[in-house]
Amino acid sequence: MLAIFKREMKSYFTSPIGYVFIAMFLAVNAFLFSNMTYVGRMTTDVGGYFNFIIFVFIVIAPMLTMKLFSEERRTRTEQLLLTSPVSLFGMVFGKFLAAFTMFGGTFIAGNIVNFAILYGYSTPNTAVILSNSLGVLLIGAAFIAIGVFVSALTENQMVAAVGTMAIVLFMLFIQIVNSYIDSYAVRVVLSWISVFSRFANFGYGIIDLAALLYYLSICFVFLFLTVRLYEKRRWS
Amino acid sequence: MTTQTMIEVKNLVKRFGSKYAVDDLSFSVGKSEIVGFLGPNGAGKSTTMNMITGYLSSTSGTVEICGVDILDDPMGAKRMIGYLPEQPPLYPDMTIREYLNFVYDLKGCTLNRKKHLEEICQVVKIFDDYKRGRLIKNLSKGYKQRVGIAEALVGNPQIIILDEPTIGLDPKEIIEIRSLIRALGENHTVILSTHILSEVQAVCSRILIINSGKLVADEKIENAVNLLGTNRRLDARICGVQRDVLRVLRSVPEITYADLIGEREGDSYLYSIESSAGVDIRKSLFNTLAENNMPLIGLSEQNTSLEDIFISLVDKKYSAKESKAARPRYEIKTDTPEYQTKEDED
Repeated sequence: MLAIFKREMKSYFTSPIGYVFIAMFLAVNAFLFSNMTYVGRMTTDVGGYFNFIIFVFIVIAPMLTMKLFSEERRTRTEQLLLTSPVSLFGMVFGKFLAAFTMFGGTFIAGNIVNFAILYGYSTPNTAVILSNSLGVLLIGAAFIAIGVFVSALTENQMVAAVGTMAIVLFMLFIQIVNSYIDSYAVRVVLSWISVFSRFANFGYGIIDLAALLYYLSICFVFLFLTVRLYEKRRWS
Repeated sequence: MTTQTMIEVKNLVKRFGSKYAVDDLSFSVGKSEIVGFLGPNGAGKSTTMNMITGYLSSTSGTVEICGVDILDDPMGAKRMIGYLPEQPPLYPDMTIREYLNFVYDLKGCTLNRKKHLEEICQVVKIFDDYKRGRLIKNLSKGYKQRVGIAEALVGNPQIIILDEPTIGLDPKEIIEIRSLIRALGENHTVILSTHILSEVQAVCSRILIINSGKLVADEKIENAVNLLGTNRRLDARICGVQRDVLRVLRSVPEITYADLIGEREGDSYLYSIESSAGVDIRKSLFNTLAENNMPLIGLSEQNTSLEDIFISLVDKKYSAKESKAARPRYEIKTDTPEYQTKEDED
């Protein structure tokens, strides 16, 4: 697992994708943050920033995950992984972890600077910042797991990217669509799927156990499905 | 089971939909054997290898690696195998060093990393490129193949499985890779698949022929010729009048066929003579010709090649209906480039 993690991390930086991701994410993150707080609104309320930053997953989840499995399948290198003494879960988790580290590392590194500046101006609510950050990291983990699964479905990176993008979009905008739906039952089901409705509590500085479990479950289910997909391929 | 059995394949079946890619295959491979896995394209060679290495699961039947079932304990079994798939599993954007280090980690090796990897690179002759840090995507096909073999050797596994290791290489590289495989066979168990028959003759100690997913022959290479139930052929250069010589030849009871091939040289002609299987007619041929005052000035045995064995075996196993459809497969014979047969002669 560690070997796969290390290789994936390296491969982000042997192609421009890692650098482009970091540069883009840091820039967008800093812009959003400054605009929502000390520059744009003269406030230490970080709620707006955290609500907006979630939308960058539409771009970064596919970007980080599109080639994870599709490329291995196209170049047949997965044959090496699957005939090596590595468990399927180790393989899937190693790749997931690499993508998550890219996102999480950049997110944390960028925000250390952002919040240091904010603390320089005044004293923001630390609990809210921490719970919000945790929430974003969890949502990131869930979306990346979805991306990992979609990448394992296809040999084509672009198909994987578009597929992941579509799912992430759907899960983010479900909340907006939801308010136009008359049927109560449908609304309940959709808001259950919605990633946003769960995020609300984190915004108040509360670590919502139900939401935490929800995000971790999505993460686990999609990683598990990826493992099953590989098992199924082996047996068919 | 003896401790010497490295690979034990029992009643292996792989079905894709309704098509049987491998159909009830059983064989075992002992220590330090080099086994040539032979068959026409699409016979099920790669599928079988993929099942032995745990990349695919069998529909039914078992594969045991040193007594460990590949499905019960995949990690344990995979640790004992080095596998070079048909298409070397290389990451083009890595250097050879990065790649081999990755494989080393992936296989969880405990040997001295630097020493082990350098040794392997020296064995497959990519040491310079390893040192220089060349990217895999810039390597030639032959060098990529070598890196693939190096990958299979990492961790010094007891069993090495190579799927068409010499495909796409130039003649010099083929000779090098073959001698490398022979050297590996001294203390590893090697299975290699190929449809180049002369390759098996050149390297293997044992030959498994598979066709339509079924095992059609399993013989030591020196006995392989016996697989062929047909006649022995001799080419003889005999002085004398053609008609008389042929009359004399055809009067020898053991000779089943005799005819002129041509090529006059002085007053001698070249004749092709066949005898029934297992009979050595050389002495009686000499005596008979001497009695008739027809000097025998040249005699050469026409070795039945593996090609002949292969085609006869594969041919025999086809039912009349199937054989028509499958006939184009025999073009394998013409596929074999000239140089490969040349190499075997020296």
